[in-house]
Amino acid sequence: MTRPTTLTATTALAAVAALALTGCSTPGADGTEQVPGVTQDTVTIGTHTPLTGAAAEAYAQISAATSAYFEYVNANGGIHGRSIDYIVKDDGYNPANTQTVTRELVSEDGIFAMVNGLGTPTHTTVLDYLDQNDVPDLFVASGSAQWNQPEEYPNTFGMNVDYVTDGMVLATHATEQDPEATFCVLGQDDDYGGDVLAGVEAVVGADGVVASETYNTSNPDLTAQIGAMKESGCTHAVLATIPGFTAIAMGTAAQLEWFPQYLVSNAGADVESLAGYLGEEGAPLLEGMLATGYLPTGQDNEWYELFSQINDEYNDGAPLTGTAIYGYSVGYHFAEALALAGENPTRASLLEVMESGELVGNGVVPNSLSADDHSPYHAAGITVVTGGEQSYTGDAWAREGDTLSEIELEPKPVENEGIPTGE
Amino acid sequence: MTRRIVLRAALVTLVALAATFLLDPYWNFQVARFAACFAAVAGLTVLVGLTGQLSLGHSVLMAAGGYGYAFAAGSVTGALGDSPAAPYAGLLAGLLGGLVAAGALGALLGAAAARLHGPYLAGLTLALVIALPSAAVAVPGLGGDQGLGAPFVPVPDALAALMYVEHFHAVVAIVVAAAAVTPLMLLRAGRQGLRMRAVLGHETAARLSGVNPGLVKAGAFTASSLAAGLGGAVIVMATQSVSPGAFGLTFSMLLVVGAVIGGLGSIGGAAVGAALVVLLPWAVETVLDQLPAGLPPVLAQRLDGNLAVILTGAIVITVIAARPGGVAQLLTPRTTARPTASHDTER
Repeated sequence: MTRPTTLTATTALAAVAALALTGCSTPGADGTEQVPGVTQDTVTIGTHTPLTGAAAEAYAQISAATSAYFEYVNANGGIHGRSIDYIVKDDGYNPANTQTVTRELVSEDGIFAMVNGLGTPTHTTVLDYLDQNDVPDLFVASGSAQWNQPEEYPNTFGMNVDYVTDGMVLATHATEQDPEATFCVLGQDDDYGGDVLAGVEAVVGADGVVASETYNTSNPDLTAQIGAMKESGCTHAVLATIPGFTAIAMGTAAQLEWFPQYLVSNAGADVESLAGYLGEEGAPLLEGMLATGYLPTGQDNEWYELFSQINDEYNDGAPLTGTAIYGYSVGYHFAEALALAGENPTRASLLEVMESGELVGNGVVPNSLSADDHSPYHAAGITVVTGGEQSYTGDAWAREGDTLSEIELEPKPVENEGIPTGE
Repeated sequence: MTRRIVLRAALVTLVALAATFLLDPYWNFQVARFAACFAAVAGLTVLVGLTGQLSLGHSVLMAAGGYGYAFAAGSVTGALGDSPAAPYAGLLAGLLGGLVAAGALGALLGAAAARLHGPYLAGLTLALVIALPSAAVAVPGLGGDQGLGAPFVPVPDALAALMYVEHFHAVVAIVVAAAAVTPLMLLRAGRQGLRMRAVLGHETAARLSGVNPGLVKAGAFTASSLAAGLGGAVIVMATQSVSPGAFGLTFSMLLVVGAVIGGLGSIGGAAVGAALVVLLPWAVETVLDQLPAGLPPVLAQRLDGNLAVILTGAIVITVIAARPGGVAQLLTPRTTARPTASHDTER
């Protein structure tokens, strides 16, 4: 009996000692620098994003594109002479991993700011942690209203068009085109699906939605949901789905020989990604798909040309999908904020810029960041797929509270070859 | 015997607590995770090593502890409002809630376990892990994939000068892990442990000696669940959230792997196994990062999450091939001299 217990003590001691040693060899958290993550010639920022797992297929392109953009900026002198070091950590879209890698970014890598942490369920679990450690939490890759709580989370700002606006714009456009339209909604079972549904209902009323179904990312079978939507006899199917599930929904509907007019929320509507999922046989399903957009889309604009150039040079010529353009745009937004934060950026000056209203970005709709609005886009344009290419129809709306007003798209020009100067 | 075990446990706990002062916040967060995994792996190793009941679903028992914690801590902290003691009352209530939830689920499973043998129990527990995400969606109040938040437990004012948040959480986690594992050690060394070994050795013979195998098995399962539940509760305290993704299939398998690599039935082995579960992903990533720009980005991305899993598999095979008794066997010199005799002792 004695032997195992001695062993227990020895092993436990050894384990503790090993842990202690590894700990000592890592850099301490209480760095001597004035501003965490900022040195004379670098700014270190980080993100958590899925590089493995179900969500990786589509979303891994984002951080690759953002990194490529920063490489382009660095190769051209950086921002105020500092190069941007972007640390990308894989969390596999699993909240448990998000918590670990976020702590690693903050206390081991000493990042200046978290930029474009991806996903609603994942990022939700680190909101408090980032807030408690006063880490600027910029351009969260999700349109959940949670990022827009300036009172509670003063350091957190969203990136995507907010999901309620998303749903309202889709429903408004559809009813204008076809007053007889009836809607059914398929949404992810979190804020994403819930907010888009709320947006649609705000326009057509709760009885205007004849069927509302939800799905869970851990179960890729949508037969029951799509079957119920088909049964309801709706003419327009609103999808608040991530790209993989948009494709599954369309594929399942086609198998059930149901071809509604699709209205797809921006986060799940990138036509190139969808075509990749659906393959050659399924790609025709995408023709005529309507979706929301707020960033440069399609190939006939100067941002596409710029990003395409950067993509060839710094991203191994990976396909320049809508998802990749989102990644490039995120990079541009952050670079602009950093440039505006001045020669010697601090966390405070960065947050001040975010709230100042000076940040323009490269969206095709107005940017609404301010002290009491931490969500940059409350407006969206409608895109349509024709001949496999997604482009704006010209119809666009902006949300003010519970009402939408029609606006004109206002694409921003590319200045200084896409490298913000802060002037 | 009892006193010696308790003294040893207290000593190890003190050393572990002292060690937390050497670590930075990130590593103290990892210590909290390690302590939680240690409690679960220790529960598992006693269950599998002493009674031969293979549970592949210990992550679900941890999840039960976690959800129990989130509910109890959330409601108590909420009810006490602004009182400075609220977070700590919530912490205690949460730990209790975790124990109750995991204990209830464990007792239920234990009742089934008493009637199921080998692969059937493994199958049942495996089904639980696979059902967890759907259960989180189907059962109202569990918050689906997004899960639930748990209240933040700040550093008490009295300790504020000494520690930061992660450090305090690591200290709590170590104390809770000690409270979870010490009873297991006592159980293992005492009469109940003897009964478990008797049931494992020969069920009919045990029955003839007046041991009720069903009760012993159900009891072992429940005891093991309580430890796992405390582990789950501690993780949720440290991360302030509980979601099904945190307790998925891979994690559940890793717990089993930790128990096997450490040596079934050995508590010290469980510590080694738990350390492996926590450290391997980090170690792999660090090594990959150090490679002198050798790997093309696409390959590096592919390897990022997956290499740790592959390596774990390789380590299991190597350890089992070289030392069937796990790392525990490696660390006991005398054992290697008499492999057959010691094998029984180890179990």
